[in-house]
Amino acid sequence: MEIHRYEKIWTAAALLLIVGLIATVTYGALGPGVTMVDDSGGTIDAGSLGETEFGDPGVSQVGENQYEVYVVARQFLFQPGTTSPIRVPANSEVTFYITSADVVHGFEVAGTNINVMAVPGQVAEITVRFDEPAQYGIVCHEYCGAGHHTMAGQLVVVPEDEYDTEGS
Amino acid sequence: MAYVDEFPTDARIIRWNLLVAFTALGIGGLFGMIQALHRTGVFRGFVSSADYYSVLTGHGVLLALFFTIFALCGLFTWGVTRSLDRPLPSVRFSMTWFGLMFVGALMASVTILGGLVPSMPFNADVLYTFYAPMQAHPAFYLGLVFFIVGTWLAGFDWFRTYWRWRGDNPDERIPLQTFMVLVTMLMWYISSAGVAVEVLFFLLPWSLGIIESVDPLLTRTLFWYFGHPVVYFWLMPAYFIWYTVLPKLAGGRLFSDPLARVVFVLFLLLSTPVGFHHQYTDPGIPEGFKFIAMTNTMFLLLPSFLTAFTVVASIEHGARQRGGEGRLGWLRKLPWDEPAFAGCALAGLMFAAGGFSGIINAGMNINYLVHNTLWVPGHFHLTVGTASALTFMAIGYWLFPQITGKRLRFRSIATVQPYVWFVGMTLMSNAMHRAGLAGIPRRTAEPQYDAVTFQGVVGGVSEMRLQIALGGVFLFLGLMLFLIVIFGTWLGGSSNDSLRVNGTIPTPLSGPEHSPKILDNLKLWTAIALVLIVLAYGLPLSAMVADGLFAPGSPPIPV
Repeated sequence: MEIHRYEKIWTAAALLLIVGLIATVTYGALGPGVTMVDDSGGTIDAGSLGETEFGDPGVSQVGENQYEVYVVARQFLFQPGTTSPIRVPANSEVTFYITSADVVHGFEVAGTNINVMAVPGQVAEITVRFDEPAQYGIVCHEYCGAGHHTMAGQLVVVPEDEYDTEGS
Repeated sequence: MAYVDEFPTDARIIRWNLLVAFTALGIGGLFGMIQALHRTGVFRGFVSSADYYSVLTGHGVLLALFFTIFALCGLFTWGVTRSLDRPLPSVRFSMTWFGLMFVGALMASVTILGGLVPSMPFNADVLYTFYAPMQAHPAFYLGLVFFIVGTWLAGFDWFRTYWRWRGDNPDERIPLQTFMVLVTMLMWYISSAGVAVEVLFFLLPWSLGIIESVDPLLTRTLFWYFGHPVVYFWLMPAYFIWYTVLPKLAGGRLFSDPLARVVFVLFLLLSTPVGFHHQYTDPGIPEGFKFIAMTNTMFLLLPSFLTAFTVVASIEHGARQRGGEGRLGWLRKLPWDEPAFAGCALAGLMFAAGGFSGIINAGMNINYLVHNTLWVPGHFHLTVGTASALTFMAIGYWLFPQITGKRLRFRSIATVQPYVWFVGMTLMSNAMHRAGLAGIPRRTAEPQYDAVTFQGVVGGVSEMRLQIALGGVFLFLGLMLFLIVIFGTWLGGSSNDSLRVNGTIPTPLSGPEHSPKILDNLKLWTAIALVLIVLAYGLPLSAMVADGLFAPGSPPIPV
């Protein structure tokens, strides 16, 4: 088979780029430790969330600077998040457990790389660090029904010293 | 002799397919403009924000499924009959698959449009991805079944035309156009099996109340098993045109027939075992299998890079035949005032940009930044919305005279039309990409929230909105110009004028005789494709069904 010399060079360059792209993602996982949401959260019966940790969703402290947040997404709000913001302290490591009580929703904290799907029957588990106090918006980014565009919330990272006194 | 004189019956089948395709394009395009104006807040008078999602479903289904696939059926029927120089065996059979597809498309479309009419007892506001447990009226799912089965029969029609040709020509290489059609259809049979299982075994019986619940993650995974190869089903007819017709339009000939075959074989192998890259942020799927999907996706770039080389080299060859000189000076000698050429070339140029934004999507951990944001539709309006759509429109200018026997009318409108599309898409797509980086979600009637402020990384949010709205209006204008030319030619043209175009396609610079015969061994490539799919999907799918086919289960939730 005849392959033009330029075409050989081009193919080699394309393969190099492809391998390089895979290498950058591998570095992101092994170096800075950006892991993908996977099956670690397990499955759940979306019809009876009341009998699980999702029965009373919210923030709880599990270690010195470690927190867990259980979030239920349902048409058309995040619990917690929509009626009251999710509050966590700065300089903390927070593990989110997110599931849906009805249809597929999305959980995107705008301006960050917190971005997961809330699929009924599955629990999404992601761990993130909050270094600085900040205020973020939460958006449902998967179409979930006629009121989809109203489904949003807030996440507030408060200064460490203010967090305890609020007793949240 | 024009195609219509040689193959009058096949020309009629092609005309019917393209008529439906371009009608779907007109309606779907109107919906697109309504969305661009609505979600940016420029004008919200067409529909309410609740009805926006019926419009959005119509836009997705009419354009991504019906426009693209009816256009594919027209182009592939033309390519098979032209390159084998024989008609499809039975007009009754051809009209059967066309009729089945049409009835299916009509059922699904009417169900979707029912969402806009309060008195109608049916709707399908589930978008083009119809994720369970949101449930559409059963007629929507049934329409999709008819449509998909119709495409399978269409593929069989092309295969049996090929088998008959093979009987008469036992030793010849498969002609390039037919080779491309057959390989594309093999990919389609393998991949559409996923959506067929999803709809037939899960969603349809569930919507009819025969089964109580379905597993949302499993059905979603079956959808994406089909959902990525379907983008190649949109794209490969465009590649088919870029490889076999565009070089001629540029005044030259294809650079390499063997490389074209290699590219299509690579698509058959790699198009399907990549679906998890649409589910990078889904729970319930092990990270390792997301990584495998990513690796396959990155290697899927190779056939597109090879295509970029071959197509540009072929065009350059054409320009030099026309007297073009210099390192880049040859570009000036290309027929930029020929709408068929200009449309295909601009589509290819935009596809390069879309390819690079696709690389970002494919990066597993980078995907966290852009998943389900406006970046994603920004990307695929460059690929399916321009690489495919503009190519199909452009080739219409060349093909319509040949399948109707009428000279193209309104040539000056046709000449500017690809540029109108290009400008509109440049405005809309660049702003959508940047809005996605700011975190603005896709698929939303009103991406304006009290609780959320979006920070533009490059440029301001209001400027992005303006570009998206303006771009949407330009695109709709471009679409109207196209429909005026095509339907004007078809309905108002005279059959007495001699045609300015002909369907002769010059032989490639490097022909099939230079390629190893193994490339034409379709059974071998199909077998390897299936092995790759088992490796990518075997374990995660069996883990999903291990706890029961319908568990964890969700009952239907009508929307």
